[in-house]
Amino acid sequence: MTELVFKYPEALTQANTHYCPGCTHGTIHRLVAEVIDELGIRDRTVGISPVGCAVLAYNYFETDFQQASHGRAPAVATGAKRARPDLIVFTYQGDGDLASIGMGEIIHAANRGEKITVVFVNNAIYGMTGGQMAPTTMPNQKTTTSPDGRDVALAGYPIRVAELISTLKTPAFVARGSMHSPLQVVRSKELLRRAFNYQVQGTCFSLVELLSTCPTNWGLPPDKACRWVETNMVPYYPLGIFKTPEGDDRAPMPR
Amino acid sequence: MAKKLMKGCEAIGEAAIKAGCKLFFGYPITPQNEIPEYLSHRLPQVGGMFVQAESEVSASNMIYGAAGTGERVFTSSSSPGISLMSEAISYLAGSQLPVVIANIMRAGPGLGGILPGQADYFQATKGGGHGDYHCLVLAPWSVQEAADLVQDAFELADYYRNPVMILGDGLIGQMMEPVEFSDDRVPIKEIGPKDWAATGWKRDGRPRAIVNSLYLDADTLETHNKNLMAKYDEMKANEVRFYEDLPGEEFDLLVVSYGTVARVCSTAMENLRAQGLKIGLIRPITLYPFPYEAVSKAAKKAKAVLVFELSAGQMLEDIKLAVLGAKPIHFYGRTGGHLITPEEAAKEMKKVLQGQGGAQ
Ligand SMILES: Cc1ncc(C[n+]2csc(CCOP(=O)(O)OP(=O)(O)O)c2C)c(N)n1
Ligand code: SF4
Repeated sequence: MTELVFKYPEALTQANTHYCPGCTHGTIHRLVAEVIDELGIRDRTVGISPVGCAVLAYNYFETDFQQASHGRAPAVATGAKRARPDLIVFTYQGDGDLASIGMGEIIHAANRGEKITVVFVNNAIYGMTGGQMAPTTMPNQKTTTSPDGRDVALAGYPIRVAELISTLKTPAFVARGSMHSPLQVVRSKELLRRAFNYQVQGTCFSLVELLSTCPTNWGLPPDKACRWVETNMVPYYPLGIFKTPEGDDRAPMPR
Repeated sequence: MAKKLMKGCEAIGEAAIKAGCKLFFGYPITPQNEIPEYLSHRLPQVGGMFVQAESEVSASNMIYGAAGTGERVFTSSSSPGISLMSEAISYLAGSQLPVVIANIMRAGPGLGGILPGQADYFQATKGGGHGDYHCLVLAPWSVQEAADLVQDAFELADYYRNPVMILGDGLIGQMMEPVEFSDDRVPIKEIGPKDWAATGWKRDGRPRAIVNSLYLDADTLETHNKNLMAKYDEMKANEVRFYEDLPGEEFDLLVVSYGTVARVCSTAMENLRAQGLKIGLIRPITLYPFPYEAVSKAAKKAKAVLVFELSAGQMLEDIKLAVLGAKPIHFYGRTGGHLITPEEAAKEMKKVLQGQGGAQ
């Protein structure tokens, strides 16, 4: 007797993705799909894909989908969820999409307490357009539009989205995980599960920020890209839960 | 139902509810605030949902998300707000989503003013956002007609899976007139099941729903463009609406105007007709698709054409396309939020009849 020990999640199509080798976008897709399967919500889930490398997410998730314009996924999700509160609506957004052009939409969706789940992929760069500076780009990080490194005197410091959203008084689940090691991947899945579960319960808005890699535009092989996340991003973007609807908000960030 | 005295904006809001719309997403802007205000208290009464968005950018993307589930959804704004919605309107058209949008126009450009205008004609009828697309555009001239057209708009939107815009000048939104909502209104379109909507995929026969306007392959995108064009052709064949009042087969002046301006022109025309002058009026009701043929035919019967607009001459370009040089075309426009009075309109009509004033 053979036993099936590993398979495609039901919530993923078997299409080959267009993601670059070693990019953690694919792993995040898998985590989201596993959570959708485990919560048994696939047939009432609607995903909202962003503008960014994940624009084609609708080809990879085996659920109904809407494709949003750049940064507006939280508004599109608001419309879908308000129209059909019985649906489980999630957005999947990059850092350019969510933290730059779409900052208004995400803050207000969170502040209204929209019962949606936001999967926020922070890879410190604009992947799809070829590696330009993002609001989350690290100080001194070289990108195609900051060739000498991000100058914080001119471009400001990277925006900590999880911390920013967690200052809102409206109850929410806000957390940050990372994709740089197997342990962190497992922990990130747990955060995603909690986030989706709050929506299933009808409790609150939920956002999980996931530190992710862009080997292509960082110019690093995948393993080094993961180390780069660990050594450069994690100290600035601490991992953990920042806010829960039960009210155990994390203390203000150490500087 | 008995006639009720209502402000244009309120009648437009009530008409959306009568059309079975339970969802409104919008952002305040004068002179259409009474639409969101009215719906913020009416929608909860009928089990609906009103959301004040953080911007028109957001409101227009909320209607995108709501329409993607197949529910009827409405938003309204005024000129600067419609500019902000233009990106989403392009996405709505590209993704073939049915929504109704009311633009209660104010004078522009930029922040312009809050007084009535008609200078968003190009934006409404020629696109506004990027790419090859059109909204179906309806222009009422009375509060009653606004209420009727809003109800038609929801059916047209569903039927064509396309955004429909109600284009009213500020006067339509702000004036009060008696309105009647019929209890047994007959739908103008038969709407099929919305099997394209993203409502959760049950694997029960319908394909997985993907609401999308992205087609990276040139052939696929061109096919999509052709499908959209075929839809616009169907609108051109079946949806052109206009009102005309022509004094026989030969007359001296054809007046063309739309919205409340046409009503003013109609009063001026009646007064001049009483003095024996032979004037006709044609009023496009659908601004897209435009009644080119009707204007062309009517112009053939007249010696000259006179276009009135609260703009520097936008519909004028479509009149030129309809008339194709067959008759001299004159134009009178007011901007800045000024209205055209019946006396002013009559004076312009007489000027053209007496052979004064340069043609276009
Ligand atoms: C209105 C608009 N502006 C700009 C773009 C171009 N654009 C496409 S993707 C992108 C950045 C995406 O970066 P991010 O959100 O970080 O996602 P990633 O590709 O890194 O996953 C930009 C600027 C666009 N499509 N639309
Ligand atoms: S460009 Fe970067 S973020 Fe996009 S798929 Fe490639 S590695 Fe991933």
